[in-house]
Amino acid sequence: MASRPSTGPVPIPEPGLARLMPMYALLSGGGDILAAGPTLGRICGGLDLPGRRFLDLFEVLRPRPAATMTELLELAARKIVLRFRAQPARQLRGHLVPLAGGQGALVNLSLGISAAEAVRDHGLSHADFAPTDLTVELLYLTEVKSAVMGELRSLNHRLQSARRRAEAQALTDPLTGLANRRAFDAALERAVAGSERGVPFSLLHLDLDRFKQVNDTLGHAAGDHVLAEVARVLRGQVRQNDTVARIGGDEFMAILTGATDASVLGRIGGRIIAGIEQPIEFEGTSCRISGSIGVSRSVVYARPAPKAMIEDADAALYRSKSSGRARVTIDRPDGVAAPPEGPRPADGRSQPGFLVVGAPPSNQFGRE
Amino acid sequence: MHGLINRSIQCFLGDTYGVALWSRVAVAAGLPPEGFETMLTYEEAVTDRVLDLAAEDLAKPREALLEDLGIYLASLEPLRRLLRFGGVDYADFLHSLDELAERAHLAVPELDLPEVRLIPLGPDRYRLICARRRGYGAVFAGILRAMADDYGALALIDAEEGAEAVGIELLQARFAEGRRFDLAVGRGG
Repeated sequence: MASRPSTGPVPIPEPGLARLMPMYALLSGGGDILAAGPTLGRICGGLDLPGRRFLDLFEVLRPRPAATMTELLELAARKIVLRFRAQPARQLRGHLVPLAGGQGALVNLSLGISAAEAVRDHGLSHADFAPTDLTVELLYLTEVKSAVMGELRSLNHRLQSARRRAEAQALTDPLTGLANRRAFDAALERAVAGSERGVPFSLLHLDLDRFKQVNDTLGHAAGDHVLAEVARVLRGQVRQNDTVARIGGDEFMAILTGATDASVLGRIGGRIIAGIEQPIEFEGTSCRISGSIGVSRSVVYARPAPKAMIEDADAALYRSKSSGRARVTIDRPDGVAAPPEGPRPADGRSQPGFLVVGAPPSNQFGRE
Repeated sequence: MHGLINRSIQCFLGDTYGVALWSRVAVAAGLPPEGFETMLTYEEAVTDRVLDLAAEDLAKPREALLEDLGIYLASLEPLRRLLRFGGVDYADFLHSLDELAERAHLAVPELDLPEVRLIPLGPDRYRLICARRRGYGAVFAGILRAMADDYGALALIDAEEGAEAVGIELLQARFAEGRRFDLAVGRGG
């Protein structure tokens, strides 16, 4: 390999040095600042740097403290972390090269990772950085990154609320705002599981009477209005955490957690029927409907199952219908579900499968 | 096309010509009423359809609409700032346009801006060539016009019709007081 000619010392005039390294400091052999770049002056709060001792202005933190020029020179070619001792206190990154013949050192500093803060505090501009310095690009990236993160955040928000809406729609009957069949099935599964852990519940099945007439004579809009009113009545008669669902055209189900006493259930059902029997005004016309209710209770099963409870509530409902409507029947599933047909029994015991509660004639409750 | 670009077109149409226009365009283009999501990617053809529909609705030449889009983009503070990061003065800014696509990549890797190249034609005369996509010449003409104002420079910007290129003549670098630009946000003033 051919030996390269030595260039010797490079004569750079001072303005050139400042342009190459706007944060340089030229130190004498004794450690005094002979000259410094303009950006370094601004970082130091506009102090006139030449003539001051470098180590009086800056504390060397890493790789190890340096108290004398000799100690400082030992850090040549290492990455140095320094702190400006006065306000505004700022950590800087530095790099030191000894001058030829032990005649002092050239130190170049940079803002390091806290560039954005320093640029903001001192109002630095493009002109304060060398064209090769990537500090401006770092600022650009910081800014663009937070803009992009902001977009992603708001996209996430939108997606999340869209998902919530979609979930709610998938589980809600749009007309009444009640749970739909799907949500009801899920709630019933949960209730059955809960009953196995000792939280009993009852299933109330409501079917409207004379609803078809309203729909046929006054139109669907009236019918829809009536359904919404029924939903309001139902919600008013159950507890906040109970599930109320519309499971078909004019059929509703409610899961009443903790309510198992037949007379209490009879009263709740009676109030629901009384509520929906109130005339419902629609565009100047009074709509009058009623409803029949069948109830099944988890406590009467050895092992309650959704299907059996729905069937038994259904059977109880038919019983209410066949025995004159507008009443509540509370079922006991200790036999096959009773056929809805047939004459109304003289008392509740005459047909197996129905529980007699309280006063005669049966397990049936009318309006209160 | 990236959602960021589509969304900015949507905002431009809504802010400049009213939400009703945007709604008509969205319906005709088969888009949902809320329009584009910034962080998703769409088919190229959708963007062209939106622009054609808007130009037709406004009875405005497509090129003129795109130039207005460019002016609008440069007026948005975050974008104006990102463009101002390009350089200390207008000439510096012009030279930084070569890096624009790469800068965009740094920000959003999947954002594919067209490659543009600045060709010096003489002292203070340039030609900016936008490769690939139809209409970018007009958009850049708008951006260059708005940024000249922003830097306080006096420049003649001439969109070459059909060539996807812009002629630039810088008459006076410091013609007026430009708008203020601080490298770091949050500094008063």
